[in-house]
Amino acid sequence: MALIELKNLTKTYGSGDHLFQALKGINLNINDGEFVALMGPSGSGKSTTMNITACLDTPTSGSYLFKDVAVESLSNRQRTLLRRNYLGFIFQGFNLLSRTSARENVELPLIYRGDTPKSRRIAAEKALEKVGLLNWKNNHPNQLSGGQQQRVAIARAIVTEPSVLLADEPTGNLDSKNSKDIMSLLTNLNQDLGITVVMVTHETEMAEYASRIVHFLDGSIQANEVIDS
Amino acid sequence: MIWNSFLLAIKAIQRNLFRSFLTILGVIIGVAAVITMVTIGRGATQSVSDQISAMGTNMLIVRPGQRRGSGANAPNFKQRDVEQIEQLVESVDGVAPYSTVSAMTIFQSKNYTTVVTGTNNQFFNVRNWPLQSGREFLDAEIRAGKASCLLGTTVRERLFGSDDPVGQNIRVKNFSCKVIGVLSSKGQSTWGSDQDDTIVMPLKTLQRRLTGNNDIDRIAIKVQSSDKITEVQQATLEIVRKSRRLPDNMENDFRVLDMRQIIQTLTGTTKILTMLLGAVAAVSLLVGGIGIMNIMLVSVTERTREIGIRLAIGALEKHVLTQFLIESVVLSSLGGLLGLVLAAGLSILGSNLMGVPYIFDARINIIAFIFSASIGIIFGYVPARRAAKLKPIDALRYE
Repeated sequence: MALIELKNLTKTYGSGDHLFQALKGINLNINDGEFVALMGPSGSGKSTTMNITACLDTPTSGSYLFKDVAVESLSNRQRTLLRRNYLGFIFQGFNLLSRTSARENVELPLIYRGDTPKSRRIAAEKALEKVGLLNWKNNHPNQLSGGQQQRVAIARAIVTEPSVLLADEPTGNLDSKNSKDIMSLLTNLNQDLGITVVMVTHETEMAEYASRIVHFLDGSIQANEVIDS
Repeated sequence: MIWNSFLLAIKAIQRNLFRSFLTILGVIIGVAAVITMVTIGRGATQSVSDQISAMGTNMLIVRPGQRRGSGANAPNFKQRDVEQIEQLVESVDGVAPYSTVSAMTIFQSKNYTTVVTGTNNQFFNVRNWPLQSGREFLDAEIRAGKASCLLGTTVRERLFGSDDPVGQNIRVKNFSCKVIGVLSSKGQSTWGSDQDDTIVMPLKTLQRRLTGNNDIDRIAIKVQSSDKITEVQQATLEIVRKSRRLPDNMENDFRVLDMRQIIQTLTGTTKILTMLLGAVAAVSLLVGGIGIMNIMLVSVTERTREIGIRLAIGALEKHVLTQFLIESVVLSSLGGLLGLVLAAGLSILGSNLMGVPYIFDARINIIAFIFSASIGIIFGYVPARRAAKLKPIDALRYE
């Protein structure tokens, strides 16, 4: 049974003469425990697919089943709850809150879940330990390197113990050494904790960490490439 | 949740301390202005009513003439009127007829022109005017019209400096008068005249030696309790009308003034002025609120990405709404609080400068504070709603 099922998904931006069809009928299944890389040149629809999967954007037509629940029938509030409980996000630009310590950044999703300050702190420190930044918990983002910031972002994404980790060009702003560190961290999370990882990238080198590469071109899926590790 | 939003708000304010201060400056000034105006206004009202009640509470004054002024054409009163009013013993606590005339007083080499008041011992009771030293008049002195007098503090200072005048003889116009006591100080009257600039002697003495007639200028009546005032006022009107044999179709050629009415009229004016000034100040508070809305809108735009992150990782619309709403309420309440402090300083300073008592008015402080906090809610709502309604995907993409 697929964890994520995208059926005939389309997305159109703009109106009138300036229509741009970003997705032209995408069909994609992602199973529990997979590490999937979405690849393709810019404008190919990989990021749009990612945003719809992340419940941050809505498709123009088609259906999206998450654990057999039709996401398009959910209210805004239910979508937020779905994000909160099942999804973790990693962005290209890290998107940490500035002037807020690493630990507080990691605690943020737990605040909205209504956890007590004590359980928040314990969970946040555990997550920071997993990404190897426990000693940096009191540092603010501007006191951390890019690779460290991305690791804080990963800690923030996994602190809620999500089913799926959605990473949008997680290494896009990093040098090759840091990129490799981040990728092996994601691989470990996928293999050791069984978290499903969906990653958007345009770097072949990074995509090869995945167990499957989905190639996008002009709003359609070109190929599914399974990688043997 | 609320507590978290509160902590977040404090953090956001700390992050932009100077801007936050400028933002709430409008509220600070508004709150301070409202409270200061109302406090000083109340002080002024209090001061007016204090001065009038210092002349005597529950007091009626019978004076000749209908209009304000001297009432020169209307006849004065006679001893007979006084005696008849005294008959209303049940409700009347004291009746003091008095006449005044200006005269030169001399002691040794010093002379001073003052107001001479001729009256009886009831005068001190009716006017709430105790003696500082010495004694009141003896019955014999009143009856015989002896040359004894009591000095107001101003006259005492002019003639005797710091010496004790009791037992000395002063010259009043052309006769010698024995000082038997000194009145306590009463200060300025509502109309700005110095009430202590007087000497008091028996009515008969004044009539015989200074005015040369039996007329009485005024009759002051002290009523036992305030609920009897109207009754006594009515009875006095009838007595004097009857004594003057005024026909029914003729208007009164005298007035019976109720001090309470005078207090009400005068304090009424200052109260209206206070309200007016307070209302003007309230407008500045409103302007302060608009300032808060402006900055909150800027803040929402500045923090669009932050809002996007929060929404993406599981913040509900209501969380974002509360966060920004509480931030603006904290801002405006902070302004209100600083305004209260500023107002306390300004009110004390202003009261001192204007010579009115400083009365801390808890009610206006509470009202102004609550008003400032609600301004945060009202003017913070639009920006907060805008933040909460952002689509996470748009907010995350915002540069």
